[in-house]
Amino acid sequence: MVIGVLAVQGAFIEHEKVLDALGVSNFEIRQKRDLEQPMDGLILPGGESTVMGKLLKDLDLFEPLKALIEGGLPVFGTCAGMILLADELSNDESRYFATLPVTVRRNAYGRQLGSFHARAQMSGIGEIPMTFIRAPYVEQVHGAEVLATVDDNIVAVRYNNQLATAFHPELDDDLSVHKYFLSICEKSVNY
Amino acid sequence: MSTERYGLNKELAQMLKGGVIMDVTTPEQARIAQEAGACAVMALERIPADIRAAGGVSRMSDPKMIKGIQEAVSIPVMAKCRIGHFAEAQILEAIEIDYIDESEVLSPADDVYHIDKTKFKVPFVCGAKDLGEALRRIEEGASMIRTKGEPGTGDVVQAVRHMRKMNQEIARITSMREDELFNQAKELQVSYELVKYVHDNGRLPVVNFAAGGVATPADAALMMQLGAEGVFVGSGIFKSGDPKKRAAAIVKAVTNFNDAKLLAELSEDLGEAMVGINEQEIELLMAERGK
Repeated sequence: MVIGVLAVQGAFIEHEKVLDALGVSNFEIRQKRDLEQPMDGLILPGGESTVMGKLLKDLDLFEPLKALIEGGLPVFGTCAGMILLADELSNDESRYFATLPVTVRRNAYGRQLGSFHARAQMSGIGEIPMTFIRAPYVEQVHGAEVLATVDDNIVAVRYNNQLATAFHPELDDDLSVHKYFLSICEKSVNY
Repeated sequence: MSTERYGLNKELAQMLKGGVIMDVTTPEQARIAQEAGACAVMALERIPADIRAAGGVSRMSDPKMIKGIQEAVSIPVMAKCRIGHFAEAQILEAIEIDYIDESEVLSPADDVYHIDKTKFKVPFVCGAKDLGEALRRIEEGASMIRTKGEPGTGDVVQAVRHMRKMNQEIARITSMREDELFNQAKELQVSYELVKYVHDNGRLPVVNFAAGGVATPADAALMMQLGAEGVFVGSGIFKSGDPKKRAAAIVKAVTNFNDAKLLAELSEDLGEAMVGINEQEIELLMAERGK
């Protein structure tokens, strides 16, 4: 199994380290020719969604990646990655891939002083550590399944092969969210 | 600052990696920077080149001006306070700045002590020109480091020197015997724990950006290839002929810093770069402030 990690900006190395620790091959996607190699899953990391959204378009990555996601390629977005997937943002007119039927609020917890750690249940996994950095959360789902909430705010969702978290599993030692994503990729490969 | 808060502050710096942080002086410039792909902006009244030209004492910016920029963009907003000026830092924390730069670009307020950054909840980035300075700032609570370079010159030579020096010192510590680390800590005037971290991990315990003199996509790519995890561009953008285009080009250069063909395309037709000042022509070495 091979996972592509979007590496135009942000905390992509952290995801690569988790994949390495799980013994899963991975490669970085920085420009269009990186998409020539096949992948079984795609990770959209944390960082600044405005930067990634712009670079996706400027580097001609946007259309091919959107087509892959719409074609059923398993995708896992964390924080900014969740914003890239959402089909609606409540406090921003931008839209990116818009493949995940949820309404996301950007910087929902305010500025850096609002960043925090928590522990909460994630369905199908159990209790896990969650790191929120200037994080978004999901205000509404229209079709996606809610996997976790913190203080009544939705922080993890799944819709078919798309998984998104408002927090950063790649920053904590717990590998279970990545394992969960890889199980989606495995089923998709077998399918 | 609690250990937890310090962790969160280091983690915010991780999210900025692979990005470009741009100096802006107005909400309009902040919007241009955000649209060009800046991962954060540094709000200040005068960019370093103008501070250098104007001379005199340079202080923290007007909070009203910083708030205007906070309202204009959704990306993180940073601001500078003077070295050792903890009251300025308290003010910046009160307006919920995302990152404070305790910066040698402003006139130092204290020629002995840096701010005790462990007393703050808000994160700090500090400049360093070698490993000792970097680790001392981290010991004081900085959760992000940048090279000092020489701000406002458009001359990258000092940022290169500082990045290479830091990397060489890290490499040297990595290859040391463990019993040599105690003395190394003494020489660098930092705790054994920090030196041990560098020895075991071969890197700083926090994110390290390049800053000071970066003016072109090629400069940015050079710093990334030398091991910077991202780039600050101060005067280089809004002192150039076509800020929008140059800013976007530098952002792309940081993402694809190893692709010379793309860098060639990005470097075309950028208009005039900022007028630089060579090292020998500088009267004030800002990098010598705060050690």
